[in-house]
Amino acid sequence: MDLRLSAEDLAFRDELRAFLRASLPAPLARRLRTGGKASPEELRAWTRTLADRGWSVPHWPVEWGGTGWSPLRQMIFRDEVQQFPAPEPLSFGASMVGPVIYTFGSQAQKERFLPRIARLDDWWCQGFSEPEAGSDLASLRTRAEPAEGGWRITGQKAWTSLGQHANWIFVLARTDRTAKKQNGISFFLVPMDSPGLKLVPTELIDGSHEVNELFFDDVFVPDENVVGELNKGWDYARFLLSNERTGQARVGLAKARLRRIRELAAAPPDGGPAPLDHPAFQRRLAELEVQALALETTLLRIVASGGGEEGEANPVSSILKLRGSELQQATAELLLDVAGPAALVWPYGPGEGAPLWGADAAPTYFNLRKLSIYGGANEIQRTIVARSILGL
Amino acid sequence: MDFSLNSEQILLKDTVTRFLGAHSPFESLAAARAEPFGWRSGVWQGMVELGLAGLPFAEDDGGFGGGPEEVMIVMEALGAAQPPEPYLTTAILGGTILKSASESARAGLIGQIAEGTLRLAVAWQEAATRWSADEITASAEPSGSGFLLSGRKAFVLDLAGASHVVIAARLGAGLGLFLAAADRLTGRTTGYATPDGRRAGDIDLGGLWLEADALIVAPDEGGEVLSRALDAAAAALACEAVGAMQAALDLTVEYLKTRKQFGVPIGSFQALQHRAADMFVALEQARSMAMRAIMAQSSLPSEASAREIAAAMVQIIDASRYIGQQAVQLHGGIGMTEEYRLGILFRRLTMIGRLFGDRDHFLDRLVAGPSLLERIEP
Repeated sequence: MDLRLSAEDLAFRDELRAFLRASLPAPLARRLRTGGKASPEELRAWTRTLADRGWSVPHWPVEWGGTGWSPLRQMIFRDEVQQFPAPEPLSFGASMVGPVIYTFGSQAQKERFLPRIARLDDWWCQGFSEPEAGSDLASLRTRAEPAEGGWRITGQKAWTSLGQHANWIFVLARTDRTAKKQNGISFFLVPMDSPGLKLVPTELIDGSHEVNELFFDDVFVPDENVVGELNKGWDYARFLLSNERTGQARVGLAKARLRRIRELAAAPPDGGPAPLDHPAFQRRLAELEVQALALETTLLRIVASGGGEEGEANPVSSILKLRGSELQQATAELLLDVAGPAALVWPYGPGEGAPLWGADAAPTYFNLRKLSIYGGANEIQRTIVARSILGL
Repeated sequence: MDFSLNSEQILLKDTVTRFLGAHSPFESLAAARAEPFGWRSGVWQGMVELGLAGLPFAEDDGGFGGGPEEVMIVMEALGAAQPPEPYLTTAILGGTILKSASESARAGLIGQIAEGTLRLAVAWQEAATRWSADEITASAEPSGSGFLLSGRKAFVLDLAGASHVVIAARLGAGLGLFLAAADRLTGRTTGYATPDGRRAGDIDLGGLWLEADALIVAPDEGGEVLSRALDAAAAALACEAVGAMQAALDLTVEYLKTRKQFGVPIGSFQALQHRAADMFVALEQARSMAMRAIMAQSSLPSEASAREIAAAMVQIIDASRYIGQQAVQLHGGIGMTEEYRLGILFRRLTMIGRLFGDRDHFLDRLVAGPSLLERIEP
């Protein structure tokens, strides 16, 4: 047993750090460090910078732009990007539909879509959840009827993240209503500008426009945009969701936020008493640092045992989703407390919008409540652990 | 980066587990506690013959050259089976102190541990020290050709069966570590049982005279040596806790599958499934931290290693409480009974945070230092 990175992996990490320092535009780096976000244009430009270096989709097969890195190196890469922090790749393309296409898609689909995902030429969004199909995704009702040369999709999707920036969406729709619920679902690739497809924003409790409702009214999709076999969409969706779970530990983000909290708590930008001088605060911070180390080590154990491999629905990865989301939420809570009264500034309402340092604290805290809800709610993860690992 | 055990380590794990299953099943523990020392000389001798007592010591000193990982393996197995034999106190806590003793002082002693004839208790705490060696008030002063000691020691684990006792006492400006044969303490000790099925005791040092060569660690090094030994013992204890937590979870899951109420196994109820899932998550996070503590001992400087061990103990004590409490709860009434094997695991898991420091004690150590997170400069 040895927790240390090899000299080669350390050199690899240093190379990543040097690349991030040299390549991420300084204003964006500053904004991300202080809790801000990258704009769609910035994310596109950054993805192309990564693609030019060959690093925009590290986990993909080499022939489609992947790196051939070991699972450990992929983890180091994610961790360095999150800790820097630099923008993370748009998961809907790089981690969700991309792997489905290169694993189950036709050669034509691979050639058409994968290079454009790797450079973020296409912005993908996800059409899975519905108003009546959340955790029970297989009860989805959106249906696709056969039509000349393809299918016509009718129904409603919900919680589609960043759909307002997307030009493509991957959609689960029912193609056989007589089959058992998991068996009659197919996986479609649909242009967002298809006639009959309408997007309605959903405003969230953090004031952001992050998710949308989508209405499909007889939207035509050609046969060539069905992925893999008809009525096998549920298998592809499960494959996709199992990949999503390993990425959800996101320890690097938690560590970056904890560092920022320590800095702010040691010297609040407004002056005034430092929360870090308060013993109760010191203990809360130390407790979260311990939790971050525990999660990081669990992640390393899973990666080292091969459990981080793509497509492997390793039930142990449910731990990563559970503890990862809880840790992120706990760090956001501590950030809110560090901000103190500065968290009263709401960046979205009327007024002069005083650019105070604490203005992201409350929105971040509100927004990150989503982490224990999406990607298989934490209650679903507990059921997976109980059934698949403990055999209950 | 490597979390795997090598083939010799896997063999060690199987050997220890098999031995304990055969010679120290749960049903034998009540009788073991009734033995004069509270443990069985036959089982101890068996552990010695397996090479466990000498395992953590260098071969040059008469040991078998095992490292922190081998200690982890043994302690996890002991954690699951809970034999009361004095392994932690002799091989780890006392043993780590002996490793730092001068060559002449330790000559032959480690070999005697490996042979099972030397069993150590470490008298460092006092009634009012609350896990802080800085608070030690017992003292020694030069007297004739030796030292005269004064003060009282308390909570000395495994005192009853010890052949020798390490005594920490102020000496000048430092802390001297003395080694006394148990027969020198006759009439000075008060023994008692501990809630986890073991023994401990207090010692009245007043007027105890020891020869010059009883001072095995000089006062300028004593504090540091003691603190390193306590760290090594805490890391070993963390591994013992992992073994005990795993055993408690296994028992609980088995019970959930077999106990029927309302006509179905109670493990089919989601409220109980989720509780068991949370226990599993707590166990794996604790295991990760125990592994860090083990690896830190062979890869980090002692100060950084001490912080890793403190961090591990925070997680371990939390998880031990949580898993212990939930295991009893999910068993219902049977979890409250002495005859059921969960009881000893629950009691030991509760005492884990009483031996070398509680959660607050270890958290204080973390708070006093820099951030646990390695720093990168953007």
